[in-house]
Amino acid sequence: MLRVLIVDDEAPARNRMRDLLSDVGSVIAVDVAGEAASGREALRFVENEVVDVVLLDVQMPGMNGIEVAQHLQKLEPTPAVIFTTAYDTYAIRAFELHATDYLLKPIKAARLQEALLRAKNIPAASLESLGQLQQEPRKCLSAAERGKVHLIPVEDVVFLRAELKYVTVRTAAREYLIEESLTRLEQEFESAFVRVHRNCLVARSAIRGFERAGAESGEGPWQVVLAGIEERIPVSRRQQHVVRELSRQ
Amino acid sequence: MARSINHNAHTGALPDFRNLGILLRILLISNGIAMLAAMLQVSAVRDWPNQFTGNAVLVEPFLLLSLLVLALLNDVLHRMTYAAGIALVMLVELVLAGAMYLGARGLLWETQPDLLRLMTVVALTTGMLLIYFDLRGRALSPAIAEARLQALQARIRPHFLFNSMNAVLSLVRQEPRRAETALEDLAGLFRALMADNRELAPLAQEVELCRQYLALEQLRLGERLQVEWHVDKMPSDALIPPLALQPLLENAVYHGIEPSEMPGVVSINIYAVRDRLHAVLRNPYRADGNHHAGNKMALSNIRERLLLHFDVAAELTARVGDNVYEVRISMPYVKAPKS
Repeated sequence: MLRVLIVDDEAPARNRMRDLLSDVGSVIAVDVAGEAASGREALRFVENEVVDVVLLDVQMPGMNGIEVAQHLQKLEPTPAVIFTTAYDTYAIRAFELHATDYLLKPIKAARLQEALLRAKNIPAASLESLGQLQQEPRKCLSAAERGKVHLIPVEDVVFLRAELKYVTVRTAAREYLIEESLTRLEQEFESAFVRVHRNCLVARSAIRGFERAGAESGEGPWQVVLAGIEERIPVSRRQQHVVRELSRQ
Repeated sequence: MARSINHNAHTGALPDFRNLGILLRILLISNGIAMLAAMLQVSAVRDWPNQFTGNAVLVEPFLLLSLLVLALLNDVLHRMTYAAGIALVMLVELVLAGAMYLGARGLLWETQPDLLRLMTVVALTTGMLLIYFDLRGRALSPAIAEARLQALQARIRPHFLFNSMNAVLSLVRQEPRRAETALEDLAGLFRALMADNRELAPLAQEVELCRQYLALEQLRLGERLQVEWHVDKMPSDALIPPLALQPLLENAVYHGIEPSEMPGVVSINIYAVRDRLHAVLRNPYRADGNHHAGNKMALSNIRERLLLHFDVAAELTARVGDNVYEVRISMPYVKAPKS
């Protein structure tokens, strides 16, 4: 039995998908585990339920399908993702390039059946290739915790610091570990974050000011004061120009 | 003017001397030439403005008088052949210039300019303007203008087409009657898009088209799309360029409603004030709503079609207010001929 989650912001599109899934029921045993009208709803759903396949609309308000798919990759076991889209030349080209499965709306039952049969055997799209499909910065970061996905809204993040193998994501409330590269994060969120140190990006909106650092720090003369946390982040000698640029504003 | 397609080569035609756009162009170009002339008359650049205003005392009355006479003669001129029309315009200008010259002699000039040179300047300027209007006429001649109108015809986004088809399909099994209505709306919309859209269309028909379009979007988006119509004061006999409103609504839904999870209102307000017709469309605007980029296409397309139909007498403006995006169209109130 294939457990399927339908994700689409348009109710008629979800109904249509249900009809189609019941049509292919004679060939593949499908169980519709649930429906979600937004990306966030879908991610909440998979916190408690295990699904095998997610039928995911690309163009949704709030969090788009491609970002949802990236968060889904953190799940254990990882569901297969089949994208659905009515018309999005960019996404279609990208799907072709990365051999990601997608269905064009209006969807034909035969095509859906084919995709579901393949989803059983093919490993889920890798996180890496999905990141390349993403055109705009993600709304959230996600951390895997005990096989579940924890979403961290980007606007809550105070700083991102590279540790040995991980990146620490610090919010006012707590910290998380994510397996991503700081350089990639810097590129993706360059408008919201600024690099103050080789290993650290801080949120521009969280910067409250700069303080003189004690001589014992071994770093440059300045450290960043951030909203919501006690910890000070040293500004490395190479990034001193950031202090000047940001205090001028 | 013939309303049918004209594939014949453009034969020269005089401009309509009662059209505001034409009159403005004549004033602008003539004054431009007067400014250049003033530059040659002065020895130092700083005297240029003075020289120009000095000349204006004569140039402006001459121009206004010319325009008045030509506007009066407009019907006569258009009944003549092109060559005879040109000759008459030249004659009018030279006679006026001569009369002004004699009248102003001694009154305004310290050093008397040469009558022959003045006549030459007037004749050359007139000739240049006539050539300009002839070329412009060719560029906008019915065959070309209609071809451009065809090319400019608004196109429905494939995104909308396929999503709507999908929504209709979802209704077929459970709610066949709603599916029927939706398919009828879709057919109506495409009939309008594929129609011969070169002539002005009844406003009421365009509004009906917008209602069909919005019904389809509401089918798909449900509660998220709320529509407010303010058309009580809409004149029922007005004519507007076909498909001037629907693409704007499509923009409003695509940029204002779809990118948001929250419900939003699209409002349409159509009314006439004296001889002008106004349409105001509003939709929610979010600064961070970069979900879809670029909506300049539809706007410039409609702007160009308004220009082809009304020249400078129509206007389309778009602005961003308090979280609201607003498009305003103002055009002449053209009444449908009573049948």
